[in-house]
Amino acid sequence: MSKHYETVIIFSPILSDEDLKKSVTKYTKLLSDHGANIVEERNWGLKQLAYPIQNKSNGIYYIIEFTAPGNSISKVEVEFRRDENILRFLTTALDKYAVEYNEKRRQGLVGKGKKTTETSQEVAS
Amino acid sequence: MSSGKKEIKFLTQQKQIKRPKKYCRFKKTGIKYIDYKETEFLLKFINEQGKMLPRRITGNSLKYQRKVSQAVKRARHLALLPYVTDLLK
Repeated sequence: MSKHYETVIIFSPILSDEDLKKSVTKYTKLLSDHGANIVEERNWGLKQLAYPIQNKSNGIYYIIEFTAPGNSISKVEVEFRRDENILRFLTTALDKYAVEYNEKRRQGLVGKGKKTTETSQEVAS
Repeated sequence: MSSGKKEIKFLTQQKQIKRPKKYCRFKKTGIKYIDYKETEFLLKFINEQGKMLPRRITGNSLKYQRKVSQAVKRARHLALLPYVTDLLK
């Protein structure tokens, strides 16, 4: 019984491109070994961090969305922890609304229209 | 003669401030999932120091205020949002 998950990984900025590709393919292979199938991968590239992590001020964000059996997540996360050029990672389970939201985003429906529909009266100050 | 106590006449007319009725924006627009990666949307729910706004200001219902706070905390963990800052906007 596989559930939807999404991991966001922040790689250290000194990682060159092919190193990034190498480690990403390593992790995706590891994921598929544990019976996951990758739904989508997105590379946000180098981004400014809101606060320095391990006194680096920017990092490479990489997002993997996949479906996997529950028990494989902890095994993969052990690998994440072992890797030094991963600054931080976060695995979240996606409920049905999240999955539908990601589907919509892939078809480009989410954007100015649905999410940020700002009614005229601004409540939050 | 109606009892005097109830009808207290003020010198100046008591101005009724008509405050706009607060509503939960998630129920109105039908948003079901709050993505923690969308920072410009989450910025609406935090103040200049990066602290989360209370429900009485944002007007969110309890269910969605919790989802917002969880999304903000996840964004902070991933350094998409700062924990504390000044003049964020």
